[in-house]
Amino acid sequence: MRAVEILATGPSALVQDLGRPGNAHLGVPPSGALDAPALRLANRLAGNPEQAAGIESVLGGLRLRALTSCTAAVTGPAVAVTAGGRGRGTHVPVHLAAGDVLELGTPATGLRCYVALSGGILAEPELGSMATDVLSGIGPPPLSAGETLRLGDPSGIPVGEDALSPSTPPSTLDVELLLGPRDDWFGEPVSQLARAWTVTPESNRVGVRLDGPPLRRAEGFADAELPSEGIVTGAVQVPPDGLPVVFLADHPTTGGYPVLGVVRAAALPSLAQARPGTSVRFRPSSTVWSE
Amino acid sequence: MLAECASLTEAMAVRATIAEAGLPGVTEIVPGARSVLVVAERSALDPVRRLVEAADLQHPPEGSPREIVLDVRYDGEDLDLVARTAGIGADDVIRLHTGAEYTVAFTGFAPGFGYLTGLPEPLRQPRLETPRTRVPPGSLGVAGEFTGVYPRSSPGGWRLIGNVGTTLFDPKATRPALLAPGDKVRFRSVS
Repeated sequence: MRAVEILATGPSALVQDLGRPGNAHLGVPPSGALDAPALRLANRLAGNPEQAAGIESVLGGLRLRALTSCTAAVTGPAVAVTAGGRGRGTHVPVHLAAGDVLELGTPATGLRCYVALSGGILAEPELGSMATDVLSGIGPPPLSAGETLRLGDPSGIPVGEDALSPSTPPSTLDVELLLGPRDDWFGEPVSQLARAWTVTPESNRVGVRLDGPPLRRAEGFADAELPSEGIVTGAVQVPPDGLPVVFLADHPTTGGYPVLGVVRAAALPSLAQARPGTSVRFRPSSTVWSE
Repeated sequence: MLAECASLTEAMAVRATIAEAGLPGVTEIVPGARSVLVVAERSALDPVRRLVEAADLQHPPEGSPREIVLDVRYDGEDLDLVARTAGIGADDVIRLHTGAEYTVAFTGFAPGFGYLTGLPEPLRQPRLETPRTRVPPGSLGVAGEFTGVYPRSSPGGWRLIGNVGTTLFDPKATRPALLAPGDKVRFRSVS
């Protein structure tokens, strides 16, 4: 059996693939890797299909031992990677012999590193995905030290030895946002949103929680109640305290607080890498952009 | 795309219309209390819009709803409160609740939690002033125009009238959620 053993998890290590979209009508969030391009890239480097399950590691500290030989690849923010006691890099295939230990340091910037292992992690799929959904408790529990993860059979050849470097998350994020559907609930939404917001430590896979001067409701909407309505990933919801939440992959499928706008999908990976303290500036627009 | 609807009935009709059409490129159809959210490729949005505009929402497609009967022990902690608020006896609450046919209007709050419409008028009551921090799985409650069953232990503010022994959500099952929008539900009293 191809497998690795988890020796240490760091602050959080979860199995993630590309999630289980298409089940929101059952109350099931999409879930999946928050920085999906980083997981796809790690999988390509390890010779896997892009949708294979890997590990989403928050702030590094992950250590695992290969029980059989395999190829690993680490992506996301720059982080020290050692394998078999030797320093290796991110964004390259790393061969592990049976018994070799792969270790991630702590990234200097960003939050989430992705580790792909050749053959992909095998877990029991739930609603078609192996992703851990922290809101709903669907999928495998968070990884713990001592756990063995089975790997599938390798299906491709590791690629991409050259010219890939990690990107450095900026200290201020510029995020494009399409206003609506409930921007009319807020007085002058464009100017209210134009302030610099700060990512708070309460942020997680459900959403990026922002701090700043609370958003004020428009006249006539002060005590208005919104009948529950569907929510998309990237929706900026404003609870009664006026502090916006940008919903990420483990978001609730319906909600009763107004959604002021929806961020462009291309902004989601950088929001997922935004550490507490990062500044976020929204650039609101009322015309639909073409992705 | 969020389709806003004038009523819950209209939202249910819009959902049924879009679901029945099975248009390519549509990822999610998420009904709400007065809306239907459609997540789709951009090229699929115009066909969805045209479909809904042309639909006879008074006579939505019936689709193939499942008919589900749930056995209930009507011994909920708020059964007497619900009876008192309605000015009737606890037996009448059970008679009214088991006598009605319900439809799953939408889901949310937790996987497999369905908001069921069709609740008889006397049982339409406000939420508890102070929500419980823990509601046991299978709890059957009423709130406003809805009745519903908590699939798992969670906080909750609905008035609880009983408990359902059936598993409502099992992520490992071929059909994980017992209740999906459009399904018909009846409750049967068991002791």
